[in-house]
Amino acid sequence: MGFFLEVLIGGLLAGVLYSLVALGFVLIFKASGVFNFAQGAMVLTAALALVRTLDIAQKEWHWPFWLALVAGFLFAAFVMAIIAWASERLVLRKLVNQEGIILFMATIGMTFFIEGLAQTVFGADVYPLNIGLPKEPIFILESVFDGGILVNELDIWAAVIAGLLVAGLALFFQRTRIGRALRAVADDHAAAQSVGIPLNQIWFIVWLVAGLVALAAGAVWGSKLGVQFSLTLLALKALPVLILGGFTSVPGAIIGGLIIGAGEKLAEVFLGPMMGGGIEIWFAYVLALLFLLVRPQGLFGERIIERV
Amino acid sequence: MFYREAGQFKVSYAADQAVFPIAQDRIAMLALLLIAFLVVPFVASEYVYRAVLIPVVILSLAAIGLNVLMGYCGQVSLGSGAFMAVGAYAAYNFAIRLPFLNPFVCILLGGFVAAGVGIAFGVPSLRIKGFYLACATLAAQFFADWAFLRIKWFTNYTPSGSINAPPLEILGVDLSSPTANYIVCLVFTVVLAIATKNIVRGHIGRQWMAIRDMDIAAEIIGVQPMYAKLTAFAVSSFLIGVAGGLWAFVYLGSWEPAAFSIDRSFQLMFMIIIGGLGSILGSVLGAAFIVLLPIFLNQALPPFGALFGWRISTATVSHFEAMIFGALIIFFLIVEPHGLARLWSVAKEKLRLWPFPH
Repeated sequence: MGFFLEVLIGGLLAGVLYSLVALGFVLIFKASGVFNFAQGAMVLTAALALVRTLDIAQKEWHWPFWLALVAGFLFAAFVMAIIAWASERLVLRKLVNQEGIILFMATIGMTFFIEGLAQTVFGADVYPLNIGLPKEPIFILESVFDGGILVNELDIWAAVIAGLLVAGLALFFQRTRIGRALRAVADDHAAAQSVGIPLNQIWFIVWLVAGLVALAAGAVWGSKLGVQFSLTLLALKALPVLILGGFTSVPGAIIGGLIIGAGEKLAEVFLGPMMGGGIEIWFAYVLALLFLLVRPQGLFGERIIERV
Repeated sequence: MFYREAGQFKVSYAADQAVFPIAQDRIAMLALLLIAFLVVPFVASEYVYRAVLIPVVILSLAAIGLNVLMGYCGQVSLGSGAFMAVGAYAAYNFAIRLPFLNPFVCILLGGFVAAGVGIAFGVPSLRIKGFYLACATLAAQFFADWAFLRIKWFTNYTPSGSINAPPLEILGVDLSSPTANYIVCLVFTVVLAIATKNIVRGHIGRQWMAIRDMDIAAEIIGVQPMYAKLTAFAVSSFLIGVAGGLWAFVYLGSWEPAAFSIDRSFQLMFMIIIGGLGSILGSVLGAAFIVLLPIFLNQALPPFGALFGWRISTATVSHFEAMIFGALIIFFLIVEPHGLARLWSVAKEKLRLWPFPH
């Protein structure tokens, strides 16, 4: 029982990290109907910008840690703003009124471009990232189970950050002027435009917010795995989360992430040995696929209504 | 001036429905095929075969297969690498378990196995579409990656997971020279491309296109979505599977699952976007473009950098390659969503009127 719970909690905490990446997808899809495949590349770019600034500020300019950290985050946010601006200005604006699938392929093109550019500018090695989050494994519930349950403190911090982000986003969407405008655009582009909401500005803001979410995801994943190219594969991990939760739902992304994270780890530990191991890489997809057959719009997605 | 149809009257239904209704097109195509079969083998060097010709020919076939699914039937697939892998491993297993079969028969059989797997992974397309389907086909990709790595039966229990293709021969004639490899691949690709061209002109192809343009409307006028989508998956996977078999047996010789990773799927998708969705010619042009671009960049970038006094390493070249790929994809989507094939047909229109455009 203790072992099962340990695997479950580990899976849930990993799931929170998937949710962080999936969140960026959902934001952009909600506001502009673009399925942004480049989210993984944005995570990588944000993490690279952060870690390189940290390194240079600390080692070459001898700044104190906190100042370097602030500078790193500011610079990474600046890079994300540039990406948001460029993608709105140079790609999306030229592709208005195209089909969703064309926009999707354009974001695949952007993925390659951003990955190539980020690695040319910031280098392509593996950089360890330390943003002051604790990394020691700790034991909890020692009084309930024999030996307690092993969890990684970093994962708990990640969960806290994800929770704060979601709360912040919810407030932003519900309570602010821009948030209301974003929801209006998500509802109906043409109607939003006709009441005077500047579409281009809104798209820039939403890409910027998605970029900042990518920065948070990059910071957490980077401290966990080190900043490296494989961070872009997170985009692929986030897809089943999206399918499960629905493309348009922020709570869906969180719950989908938890289900995928937990299901993946449980399957790997309990089913894996029977099937030769390594089933983690496809289990999430097959789970999501089976789920789709029952509910094509995901858990919390809007009902798909088709008209000819 | 020379590209005129004046005087070419279509006096029979057969002439009206010909693949190439214009005589000049027929002559040009025939000339191209003659050059590919008879002239190229005398002038190409081994490097040109291995680096350019054989990859272009095989990947053209795979791109045609993907184009059937994505360009003609409108079903987005990110799992084409998986179907190549299925074709390759199925062909390998036929070859070692039924050793009396000719390797090329095995490749064709591998194509049929890939078609079966394609149908299985195409079933979700009846219920889901668009992005959701794209994600679902990724399931095929990751499942295949895993299956060929972990299920040892597929690789005949070789300890390293890397396997070797059987020697290539037909009726005792050895076909292992680069020239023979090239001719064999070319025969496969040309025959299957002609067959596909005719399928997409026929009633199945029209059903695919109806489904692509608007599936509900197609259903209302009597196209069965199940039949149309699943045949598209089957034909597409067959072509991709045969291409996978050729890639493994003829081009690689010995391979491991990484040869058919998700990068291959993306590469094929780029080929048909750049070449032109819904065009056989476009698939070939796209394949040629995508194979030649990295070779060109590898040759051109270091001297170009030297002009400005930069030293460009191979890693940087590959990053530049990714950037240029990405930028080109976006460029093509913005400027010409119909790809190189469309540019070619625009050029033909212009040629018809040249030198007196109205």
